[in-house]
Amino acid sequence: MIEARDAYRHFSGRTGMFSADRVVRAVDGVSFNLAAGGVLGIVGESGCGKSTLGRMILGLLPPSAGDILVEGQSLAKLDRRERARLIQPIFQDPFSSLNPRQRIREIVGLPLAAQGSVSAAKQRAEVMDMLVRVGLPAEMAERYPAQLSGGQRQRVAIARALVLRPRIVVCDEPTSALDVSVQAQILNLLADLRRELGLTYIFISHNLAVVEHVATEVAVMYLGRFVEQAPSEELFARPRHPYTRALLESVLTAEPGIPISDVGLGDSYPDPANIPSGCRFHPRCPVATARCRTETPIGPRPGGRIAECHFAD
Amino acid sequence: MTARTLSTGLGIAIVGFILFVALAAGWLAPHDPFAQDLMKRMIPPSWMDGGSTEHWLGTDQLGRDYLSRLVYGARISLLIGTLTVVTSGTIGTTLGVVGGYFGGRTDDVVMFAITCRLAIPLILVALTVVALVGSSLTVVVLTLGLLLWERFAVVARTTTMQVRNLDYVAAARAAGASTPHILLKEILPNILTHLVVVATLEMALAILLEAALSFLGLGVPPPLPSWGLMIAEAKDYMFFSPWVIVVPGVALFVLVFGINLLGDGLRDLLGVSQRR
Amino acid sequence: MRPVLEIENLRVGFQDGTAAVRGVSLKVARGETHCLVGESGCGKSVTALSTMNLLARGAKRSADVMRFHDRDLTRLSDRDMARLRGDKMAMIFQEPMTSLNPAYTIGSQMAEVLERHRHVSRAKGLERAAELLGRVGITAPGMRLAQYPHQLSGGLRQRVMIAMALMCEPELLIADEPTTALDVTVQAQILRLLQELQRELGLALLLITHDLGIVARMAQRVSVMYAGQVVESGSAEALFHSPTHPYTRGLLACVPIPGKTPRDQPLGSIPGVVPRIGAGFAGCAFRDRCTHAVAACAGTIPRRTISTEHETICTMAAA
Repeated sequence: MIEARDAYRHFSGRTGMFSADRVVRAVDGVSFNLAAGGVLGIVGESGCGKSTLGRMILGLLPPSAGDILVEGQSLAKLDRRERARLIQPIFQDPFSSLNPRQRIREIVGLPLAAQGSVSAAKQRAEVMDMLVRVGLPAEMAERYPAQLSGGQRQRVAIARALVLRPRIVVCDEPTSALDVSVQAQILNLLADLRRELGLTYIFISHNLAVVEHVATEVAVMYLGRFVEQAPSEELFARPRHPYTRALLESVLTAEPGIPISDVGLGDSYPDPANIPSGCRFHPRCPVATARCRTETPIGPRPGGRIAECHFAD
Repeated sequence: MTARTLSTGLGIAIVGFILFVALAAGWLAPHDPFAQDLMKRMIPPSWMDGGSTEHWLGTDQLGRDYLSRLVYGARISLLIGTLTVVTSGTIGTTLGVVGGYFGGRTDDVVMFAITCRLAIPLILVALTVVALVGSSLTVVVLTLGLLLWERFAVVARTTTMQVRNLDYVAAARAAGASTPHILLKEILPNILTHLVVVATLEMALAILLEAALSFLGLGVPPPLPSWGLMIAEAKDYMFFSPWVIVVPGVALFVLVFGINLLGDGLRDLLGVSQRR
Repeated sequence: MRPVLEIENLRVGFQDGTAAVRGVSLKVARGETHCLVGESGCGKSVTALSTMNLLARGAKRSADVMRFHDRDLTRLSDRDMARLRGDKMAMIFQEPMTSLNPAYTIGSQMAEVLERHRHVSRAKGLERAAELLGRVGITAPGMRLAQYPHQLSGGLRQRVMIAMALMCEPELLIADEPTTALDVTVQAQILRLLQELQRELGLALLLITHDLGIVARMAQRVSVMYAGQVVESGSAEALFHSPTHPYTRGLLACVPIPGKTPRDQPLGSIPGVVPRIGAGFAGCAFRDRCTHAVAACAGTIPRRTISTEHETICTMAAA
């Protein structure tokens, strides 16, 4: 359904009219192949590039190198209307993902209006249908975003994303800005809609517990690359990369009596403008050796599972 | 009632009053502002010795009723203020939004244009234009309109740069919206409040500049009753008949003061509603 | 032994009429972590701020008891309160970038705390600052003292905040969502640090959070807040193993636990939204969203004791 082939996205830091030497390697060679109906969870911490990757998958940011293909077609070759019919986003912040100056019906109707070929009557009908599906009362259509709660706004964002019946939805931290009780409502809604409409999700999050619940396939992103990728149960039961292990150990589940473990990652923090030599995780890795400083552990592994570590087995 | 609400109310009252006067000039002015009567020159205002209620604010050096000239002068000030702001606002906003949204080379060009504009001395340009084309209301409006756009451009550019990174703009692009739609429907409405505040301040500035230009003989030509021109014509009589210079001076001060109060109030009002 | 912080029946109202805190009581003992947990708008941050008397002007605060050791906090003058703050009572916030002044170096900000409270020289202040930076696990503290906040990562800044809070050897530390803005691996480090410091210094820690995972791992005692009230309180074990109040149970059902929560079933959720509480609100604030609500829930809600130190306010008989 959706495939990334060696996608890269580098930014050069410009200071005024004279360009500087700083290159930020936000996405540094990502490949994946997601089948229809699946949910690819992408987890990672700040600076790993997952939001940049999300924008690339949406077609909002062209890759510096490599390609993103949807149903075999290169995303870059599609025009904006075709692309909109295939992939839509749901963003993290319900406060900034809706135009404060537009009414809900205009916001949800925008994808339809942008197609240019949908009659006003049909637009209105689709918008109302979608609002009902996401659990919002019909009178919401005339309100402005400021009058809605965070959870309600996120539902509007979902309605907007689905009004064109896309094949793929990219969810970039869709519940991170919501209260826990609202988060559960929204996650349940997303799961229901996926079944009803036959959607494929790319679910970006830093919350591993949520990703474990939602995803069929999980990729762990670090400094621009997928350092591990596996089906969801596999990854959580038998993590192979030290970073994945550290992440899993850091998750604080709501179970009392378990102490907080020392994941031993040290002080330095990842900087995509300064990617370490060899294995990009070696400065923080608790089991790094001299080899890790010089040799990059990249390469396909048997069975299609990615685990970019010299000691992954 | 806070001090801010009071001052905004005062601003609205002043500007509203002057606007009313300008619009109703025909009914309010007791005499024809251009009618000269050399027998009745330099009559003082009604509250001074020698004044009468026939000419409430006295007459000027050519015997024209000062109150009428003042009232019609309000029209000129407000007309110039509004037309200038509309012209410069359009130019500045367009440049700023385009530069702010597209970034890269386009933005470099816009920044360069702004820098160039800041380097141009207004008075010299006005001088040159008048020397080439002569002075008239149209010339003043065009000169000011084509030169006073830089603050609009800077504000439009900065706010556009902030807004373009917001998720709803990304969502609009993902929804397949065209670039003109995004600029006009997603970005512009959300920067409008900042631009309105700039507009009120630029209007005050335009009015003052017109007065200055007219004072220098580079603005509105006589016999039009521009307040700046009235001040210029009165400077020779300043010490003997102070009202000829005080009256338009005070009027100018009050108008600009009112516009500034209004601008402050608008900024607070719109700033609050933005944050919600 | 007398608790370090004792609050009984705290009420806080704002100028626009909202009753943010409606009768909150809690105790924090020496060496104990008490977690105040709830979702946005429940009043937990307001509770913390009112303890330190840092509420916005116009907010009204009253309490039957608000004691730090044996000092009545409601009767202290602004001056005396300012002397306590940063000294024996310290607070750290969620966003270290906005809590640290970007215009001054780390060293000068930290030293200032000691200078202000203990009247020592700048040199002494810097010395103690370096010592504490080392204590919170920052390498090369001398270099860090000369740096500005923007030169440090989020995790480091939060460590600096903690170090700064420790400058005068506080007895009570209030932490308001200290790790919410941090990455998950950094969060674990910071929380471990707080635990270590607490063991070493016998700190009483009032930890405010919305994250039930943090509560489970950090707290000895927990108070669950909803719409300005503590709806359930008890030891962490009691609360997680026998949650009684419908809100607590709803909340716990919402949080997925990897490996335990079944994947193909929907997560538990709480329908509806938090009601707005004006003055004069009566009855249980949760009743519109509660599956067990009865007519009695609109009246006075009794406080029930479930077991030693495990209490809840609910009309239902203990489950």
